Amino acid sequence: MLEISKLHVSVDDKPILRGIDLAIGAGEVHAIMGPNGSGKSTLAHVLAGHDHYTVTSGEVRYRGRDLLALSPEERAREGIFLAFQYPVEIPGVANIYLLKAAVNAQRKHRGEPELDAVDFLALVKDKLQLMGMSQDLLYRSVNEGFSGGEKKRNEILQMVVLEPKLAILDETDSGLDIDALKVVAGGINAMRSPERAILLVTHYQRLLDYVVPDRVHVLAQGRIALSGGRELAQELEMRGYGWVEAEAANRRKGGA
Amino acid sequence: MSSTLKLDELISQDYKHGFYTEVETDSVPRGLSEDVIRQISAKKGEPDFMLEWRLAAYRHWLTMSEPHWATVHHPPIDYQDISYYAAPKSRKDGPQSLDDVDPELRRTYEKLGVPLEERALLAGVAVDAVFDSVSVATTFKEKLAGLGIVFCSFSEAVREYPELVRQYLGSVVPYTDNFFASLNSAVFSDGSFCYIPPGVRCPMELSTYFRINARNTGQFERTLIIADKGAYVSYLEGCTAPMRDENQLHAAVVELIALEDAQIKYATVQNWYPGDKEGRGGIYNFVTKRGDCRGDNSKISWTQVETGSAITWKYPSVILQGDNAVGEFYSVALTNHYQQADTGTKMVHLGKNTRSTILSKGISAGHGQNAYRGLVKVAKSAVGARNYSQCDSLLLGDRCGAHTFPYIEVKNPTARVEHEASTSRIGEDQLFYCQSRGIAPEDAVSMIVNGFCKEVFKELPMEFAVEAQKLLGVSLEGSIG
Repeated sequence: MLEISKLHVSVDDKPILRGIDLAIGAGEVHAIMGPNGSGKSTLAHVLAGHDHYTVTSGEVRYRGRDLLALSPEERAREGIFLAFQYPVEIPGVANIYLLKAAVNAQRKHRGEPELDAVDFLALVKDKLQLMGMSQDLLYRSVNEGFSGGEKKRNEILQMVVLEPKLAILDETDSGLDIDALKVVAGGINAMRSPERAILLVTHYQRLLDYVVPDRVHVLAQGRIALSGGRELAQELEMRGYGWVEAEAANRRKGGA
Repeated sequence: MSSTLKLDELISQDYKHGFYTEVETDSVPRGLSEDVIRQISAKKGEPDFMLEWRLAAYRHWLTMSEPHWATVHHPPIDYQDISYYAAPKSRKDGPQSLDDVDPELRRTYEKLGVPLEERALLAGVAVDAVFDSVSVATTFKEKLAGLGIVFCSFSEAVREYPELVRQYLGSVVPYTDNFFASLNSAVFSDGSFCYIPPGVRCPMELSTYFRINARNTGQFERTLIIADKGAYVSYLEGCTAPMRDENQLHAAVVELIALEDAQIKYATVQNWYPGDKEGRGGIYNFVTKRGDCRGDNSKISWTQVETGSAITWKYPSVILQGDNAVGEFYSVALTNHYQQADTGTKMVHLGKNTRSTILSKGISAGHGQNAYRGLVKVAKSAVGARNYSQCDSLLLGDRCGAHTFPYIEVKNPTARVEHEASTSRIGEDQLFYCQSRGIAPEDAVSMIVNGFCKEVFKELPMEFAVEAQKLLGVSLEGSIG
């Protein structure tokens, strides 16, 4: 599904990612963890195509194609979805309108007929229930005046409606109380399928109690310092991030 | 590429209606004098009262000076370097029908996407097209005449209905009103005239297309619409202009009169040439538009979508004289590149229980400057008057500006006046958010701009909303649910 090799990324000539190698297969859930400033969000944004970040070298292949050659909207239409850490407010544009425009942009791209208002509303209503959201949120302006929890739920709602092939969730758990976290995790779990890959970017392992990952990677200073199974997340929770770099350095020495 | 550049690219698309039609024009020499005014009046075969009115206006204008209180800047205008009259040659033979209209003119309108005959037939819109200063085509006249409705060029009205013209001309905007209105009164070339008799509901949207064409020709349109007791009319005005270098002065006057229980809706889509990306050229649009709710329970609504002109200076107003009269102003004004707009409205409450609503949406991009200037005045006599004003500004990029100048004068303690204002910006983060959902950036901008304007677009007649959509260069938001 996704193969990242030797990816280097800079912001304003300052290197942030310094050689990321990562492969995610269909049906897998991977978690990227790491201390603040390790480059987690940068990775998420680069995959979605944000032009603030400059890829200086390396390659990203998505379903056999060169992902970096695609514009952000082409990536989205090809099935990549980024749930934002800080969802953006768009005053004046109804939530349901953005959602319908997004769904129809995708359908058009696939050569399918666009959905009319009635069919679309039927589709959305089901998903709304899954996310425990009330219908009037659809008619409010995108994220405007939403609480932190509502914004995050709204991101997951968009995800379940758009049914991406690769979902990237950037700190979706941050700022959620435990009830909201459960709802959001429920939404993510409902998305797990053999055809879909999910990349969770998170600082805490809390979310991983509810969404159990197949692999956990720890990012430190722009590199994947350590990879392992779900138990790695628990170890991080106990020991913090400090030891990871030392460990990785030791391993590199041992391997040499 | 940074998103700022992308934004700039999106909003700097070339003016699509920039072309110049070669039609021989019949102009009077440049400059302004009593002789020139006599010449204009004579060319149009006007009765004496009209000439006298023009001359009185001219003499008054000589005593006035150009106003400079608006937040707009332009080089001094040389009023002696303007040609005050230009008429397409074809008018000499007087076109009897659309077939008689100069094919070059018809092609011009077609290029603008306004095929007159189709539009008239399919949309049921009667069109009184103004090319430069003289009406060249009028349709549906017979059908309207059957109902007693008069809809014709101003020149024709002066000749055919001198009593109506004499009774109402200048009764809302007197020739002493302001510098540009006085100038217009002295030299106005043509325009539209409309009279709806008592109790008649005009069965179709009336529409006029204005167009500036001949070089160095000021346009001085004059429109007069009267809705007699219990009458109803919806009037659409739209205009585009070809690309050119020098600035052109456009000083129109529109007067609306609504008698008892009458209603007038006046909608404008304005797309005069705004000047190039460096701010060269473009139209100076200094317009006086005013409606008079003269009778009880009368209602006047102004809806405007202003996307053109180098400078827009325009305050469609309503004088609420009759008791329970209603005035409305819905506006979208877009300024891009170096465009300047100082626009708004005046609601003057005189009658009891009069109500007014103001909804203004300003969009600024590039180096555009957009000012809302509005006056809500409640006289002592206006017991129970109510006003609600909302002024919203949307900024694209960080070199443009938005300004709001609300003036409120209340002399009656029972009045209720509310004012709300907001400013927001289309950010790169909003564009990226939409892109990450599969929506192309130009569609995202259009979605955001349309979302911002939708309350105003709702007030436009359907076919005009389509026009507004074209002129904003964006697609209208579809209705859902």
